[in-house]
Amino acid sequence: MDAAAPPIVVIRNLTKSYRRGSQSIQVLSGINFDIARGEFVALMGPSGSGKSTLLNLIAGIDSADEGSIRIGEQEITRLSERELAHWRAGHVGFIFQFYNLIPVLTAYENVELPLLLTTLKRRERREHVEAVLSVVGLADRMDHYPSQLSGGQQQRVAIARAIVTDPEILVADEPTGDLDRVSAEEILQLMDRLVREFKKTVIMVTHDPRAAEKAHVIRHLEKGELSVT
Amino acid sequence: MGIPYSYSFRNLWTRRLTTLLTASGMGLVVFVFAATLMLAEGLQQTLVQTGSPDNVVVLRKSANSEVQSGVERAQAALLESQPEVAIGPDGRPLLAKELVVLINLRKRGGNKPANVVIRGVSAASLQLRPAIGLKVGRMPRPGSVEVIAGESLARRFKGCGLGETLRFGMRDWRVVGVFDAGSTGFSSEIWGDADQMMQAFRRQVYSSVIFRLKDTNAFDAYKARVEGDPRLTVEAKRETRYYLDQSEAMSRFLRILGLVLTVVFSIGAVIGATITMYAAVANRVTEIGTLRALGFQRKSILLAFVMEALLLGLCGGLLGVGAASFMQLITISTMNWASFSELAFSFTLTFGILWKSLLFSLVMGFIGGALPAVRASRMNIVEALRAT
Repeated sequence: MDAAAPPIVVIRNLTKSYRRGSQSIQVLSGINFDIARGEFVALMGPSGSGKSTLLNLIAGIDSADEGSIRIGEQEITRLSERELAHWRAGHVGFIFQFYNLIPVLTAYENVELPLLLTTLKRRERREHVEAVLSVVGLADRMDHYPSQLSGGQQQRVAIARAIVTDPEILVADEPTGDLDRVSAEEILQLMDRLVREFKKTVIMVTHDPRAAEKAHVIRHLEKGELSVT
Repeated sequence: MGIPYSYSFRNLWTRRLTTLLTASGMGLVVFVFAATLMLAEGLQQTLVQTGSPDNVVVLRKSANSEVQSGVERAQAALLESQPEVAIGPDGRPLLAKELVVLINLRKRGGNKPANVVIRGVSAASLQLRPAIGLKVGRMPRPGSVEVIAGESLARRFKGCGLGETLRFGMRDWRVVGVFDAGSTGFSSEIWGDADQMMQAFRRQVYSSVIFRLKDTNAFDAYKARVEGDPRLTVEAKRETRYYLDQSEAMSRFLRILGLVLTVVFSIGAVIGATITMYAAVANRVTEIGTLRALGFQRKSILLAFVMEALLLGLCGGLLGVGAASFMQLITISTMNWASFSELAFSFTLTFGILWKSLLFSLVMGFIGGALPAVRASRMNIVEALRAT
């Protein structure tokens, strides 16, 4: 990590509230938060503290009420829905708690999905997919469907899908939440490797203190406000 | 590039039973749609093939069919002397003065009576219809009480088989031959000597005069002249046109009936498809959220679900058309409302009916899938992902 380098994520005065019936629930209030390039950040906090909301806002799948989020050179709070979708395809990799693989597509096809939004030719896409499946150690399982893989393997396919477009940031929402201890450890090691070897910036929401231990920085969210550990 | 087509296809395959049941519902509608069109087509083809474009049918003015028509002997003689009439190899005009009478015969097996066309023919009648050939037996001798029967009739009606005897016009007529007229309306007729028939039925006039044109392009001039001739009260039509007109009312009726039936049925099938597609969307909310998060636009989601609904429709269409194509093996016998006589014809599948049926099934699929697809594309990403 280069301390002098500008942060990749710059969040200023971020506010988000949800409406539930006639009630308005404040989830995030005036968050200010920077993440350095190549940092592994863990967001922790009790349920309903707003950590997933913050993650969704950084990933560009939710919109803020007020404030700004800049990722790299892009001020994403100003993008239209269409532009945001386009931006996500090239700049964010998603890792979900329940892997969210498409059950009717093979491991190979699942990983190829984000590349279908690029201009890459079929042969180039194949090279990319094979490369990332090798990184996650599943090159021999590319023709398997998700139902033919274990939880840990499915999450590794999901990680391959997240990194196949070589995005700047990876957002992970409870990536080990559905895994046994051994698989969870493997996934955490893989994520750690992505940060160290591939210089990815990872922002992870977790309840698991063991998962948080892998992070460089742990941020606690409580009642919509951040604290640093 | 959008979501691959294999995604839509494999989702249908994964839910094969639901897909099959929904597609069967749509297939049933397509079957009814295709079958009625095939019926109308079969009827039309049978009647149109009955005619030849070089032949001209002359009827009494404003008569719609030979049964309603009457052409006096003097008028028939005048028509025979027209210069447009072709001359046969024997040096005689290729012109037949024919009599058409309806009689009632009983069907084999059921004993059910039905109207049958008796056609009094002249020597040129067979020459004017080269598609007709004697299958077994011989032609009736002129001046004798003998008849020949169309193959379809000989098979289905009592007394019409070779060697059997028919009683009509207060005489007993022996069937001395069976003729093959292919799938034309003639195969449902009985032919005998015109003069014998006129005596038997006490008719003074012929029903129609049919002749071959020397030059097929001379028809318009001929028509204008004979219809304007004050000595003649007749109307001339090309034989093909004449039979097409005869089939039009019936085939239009069949088409309208088919259309009404299928529109009513299709509402049910479309609702079925809509329910299936809504269920498909509801089961894949997280998938939709994931695809959207990965960067796929709303229209990609819309397209994937519309594609799935279209594929579902196509499955139904193929099932329906496949089942309908077996109907070609069936021959239908019904009343020809233009001549009030029995007419046998088959369901006929044409390329036109094929693509219309498949298009119809795709339209049903599209309508059924449109609302669920719009719903899928409008989902909020965060809410969809939370549905895990």
